[in-house]
Amino acid sequence: MLLGRTANGLYWMNRYIERAENMARLVDAGLRMALTRTQDASEEWNSVLLSAGSDIAFSQKYQDYTAANVSDFLLRDTSNPSSTMSSIETARNNARMVRTALTRETWESINEAWMSLKRMLARPIDERDLPTVLDAIKRETALIRGSFYGTMLRNEIFDFSQLGTYVERADNTARILDVKYYVLLPSLSWVGSTLDNYQWESILRSVSAHRSYRWVYEADYKPTNIADYLILNVRMPRSLTFCYRFLGEHLKFLADDYGERHACHATAEKIQALLKRGSIKDIFDHGLHEFLAEFIRDNTRLGDEIAQDYRFY
Amino acid sequence: MVSEGSTRLAAFDEMLPEVSGLRRPYEAYDRWLKEQDPARLTQKMQDAERVFRKTGITFAVYGEQEASERLIPFDIVPRILSGQEWRRLTQGIEQRVQALNAFLDDIYHRQEILRAGRVPRELIAKNEAFLPEMIGVRPPAGVYTHIIGVDIVRILENEFYVLEDNARTPSGVSYMLENRETMMQLFPELFQKIKVRPVENYPQLLRQSLAAVRPQSAKGAPTIAVLTPGSYNSAYFEHAFLADQMGVQLVEGQDLRVVDGHVAMRTTEGYKQIDVLYRRVDDNFLDPLTFRPDSALGVPGIMDVYRAGNITIANAPGTGIADDKAIYSYMPEIVEFYTGRKAILGNIPTWRCSEPDSLKYVLEHIGELVIKEVHGSGGYGMLVGPAATKKECQEFAKKLQAKPSNYIAQPTLALSTCPILTEKGLSPRHVDLRPYVLVSDRIQIVPGGLTRVALKEGSLVVNSSQGGGTKDTWVLDD
Repeated sequence: MLLGRTANGLYWMNRYIERAENMARLVDAGLRMALTRTQDASEEWNSVLLSAGSDIAFSQKYQDYTAANVSDFLLRDTSNPSSTMSSIETARNNARMVRTALTRETWESINEAWMSLKRMLARPIDERDLPTVLDAIKRETALIRGSFYGTMLRNEIFDFSQLGTYVERADNTARILDVKYYVLLPSLSWVGSTLDNYQWESILRSVSAHRSYRWVYEADYKPTNIADYLILNVRMPRSLTFCYRFLGEHLKFLADDYGERHACHATAEKIQALLKRGSIKDIFDHGLHEFLAEFIRDNTRLGDEIAQDYRFY
Repeated sequence: MVSEGSTRLAAFDEMLPEVSGLRRPYEAYDRWLKEQDPARLTQKMQDAERVFRKTGITFAVYGEQEASERLIPFDIVPRILSGQEWRRLTQGIEQRVQALNAFLDDIYHRQEILRAGRVPRELIAKNEAFLPEMIGVRPPAGVYTHIIGVDIVRILENEFYVLEDNARTPSGVSYMLENRETMMQLFPELFQKIKVRPVENYPQLLRQSLAAVRPQSAKGAPTIAVLTPGSYNSAYFEHAFLADQMGVQLVEGQDLRVVDGHVAMRTTEGYKQIDVLYRRVDDNFLDPLTFRPDSALGVPGIMDVYRAGNITIANAPGTGIADDKAIYSYMPEIVEFYTGRKAILGNIPTWRCSEPDSLKYVLEHIGELVIKEVHGSGGYGMLVGPAATKKECQEFAKKLQAKPSNYIAQPTLALSTCPILTEKGLSPRHVDLRPYVLVSDRIQIVPGGLTRVALKEGSLVVNSSQGGGTKDTWVLDD
């Protein structure tokens, strides 16, 4: 038996851990673009902010789209509820609330991540230290994930945690793709200029897939392959299909355990069917942007339904 | 701040009294201690801090900054009681706890003790801790106060006194458990040499005890939950720890509501009935429909469910009337009235400043007495006469005269001491003792308790908020 409030705490704890890491990854990709391209760096930073869903909040605070401003806003600004610091703080508050549902190892890893990032992000980040800080964020979240997977019993507590992780991750990958969907569209000059190559690599980098892509496809970046990789590949841990494979699995566990299906089950199945149905070509024919926009809407609805069906509030 | 001052009183040392030398209960420990390399002990002292911090953090759920406020210092020298001393103490505690429950039952029903004129009526009628809502209500199994932490001080070898009866929601039991855990990690060999009675089954006993007082309406195994004010409460770690150790749900007011005449918690599968609620929320916040309407910590309507006999609330609402400081001074009469025998454990002589003769005496002897607010706790709002400056005494006297009924006074007692380990070796410090008592169809007292120690040399204030620490408390199996 699990309290609705506890399920809610577990779900959001994991969404925020995922988010804390995603912010670091986005800044990492932005930084790389800014380093490799001298023109239009501010355009790139704007894309990063759009992917993070923080563009409006940022523009209310800053005029200049620089590495220093954007990384400060996305990593350490506590007035930005999605920044890494805010996310890890919210994750920890949730963990504290559901302390009795977590193993000691999991709680300690979250608490220690919070302590070390709080120390590290206490002062503005020197541009020279940015790569070290980004690595540290990824390492801390990896430690949390490691102790979580290594020690948690695979029960409903685990299921609600995983639902949070994959709803957040699917949202993140879909947003990254949607912000850059136009560079993936076939164009007249589709042979791929150097400029396009940078863009494509940036997309892959923001989901930490720029290396693994080459093992699965060929050495050259091709827009359809990139989209295929991030949307339809079953093995790529940040692809939409991968996320929904696990969302479907954990929702099924819950339905079996509780002997009851809800609206969220139907929604997840509908999205899964959509992902299974076609090839990447069909998605392009249908319209990549339209596909992604619909996916983001459905994914958000799934989150709301989970909260309602399992009495989070 | 009273704790700043210190008094030099000749005190009874529980390990090494000046007159008679090393006391029996400490002999085996002393032999072991003498074999230890001082450098190793110093190392262990630092380890203790680390172990304590680590386990403390794991269930104290506090981060670095907060932990520095919350972590109570721990001393590695145990406070040891012989089996015989413990048996005497438990007899006194049992008698007292019986009397407390009988008093509560009487005060909310026939009020015979008031009719008999043994306790003044106005003391009850005007007391905020008395809940008129509880009049005529008989809790399941007839138990009012289920979990009690009796504060006991020692003056001499055979002189123990009760300082306070904590009959509402006593805290600190997690420290008792954690202290033992830490000691066993640091000195496993000691526990092989010396037979110490275990305390670690407290969570199981608590769960059994709570199950035994379930309402009659509960069929089968009762569902038990711990009610916490939430994760920002200073004792949250203890609430989470106890729920976890008992294997029951830790709930907040927002999880609960009244469904079909029962209190139920919102789970992922719908509302589930709760039969026994171990609440760590004060009376005032328990039910916004009955008490404070602005409270979000409680459950609207829970008092109706309670009155209908469909839930056990531990401790019962309104138990505060039994451990009120104004009532305290009547405890010897209360014990005798209900048990028919003289109290085995005495009270500290207490002047009620509401009585003109007492007030006069207290004002004349302000520099010798300890004066406490009737409703205060945690060592705040009190004056330790011998440690205070003349100016502090004068200022306190003004407050006292303005509202005499708000104060009681007691002689400054030389609390017994027990050594702590300092950089210069053993050094005596004043201690008190809080054993934990569980009441259901029987009374159970875990052999041990929380020993609080005033870490500042000469200080008599053991409260953790005022620089106190804790020690592991051993009851020998002899």
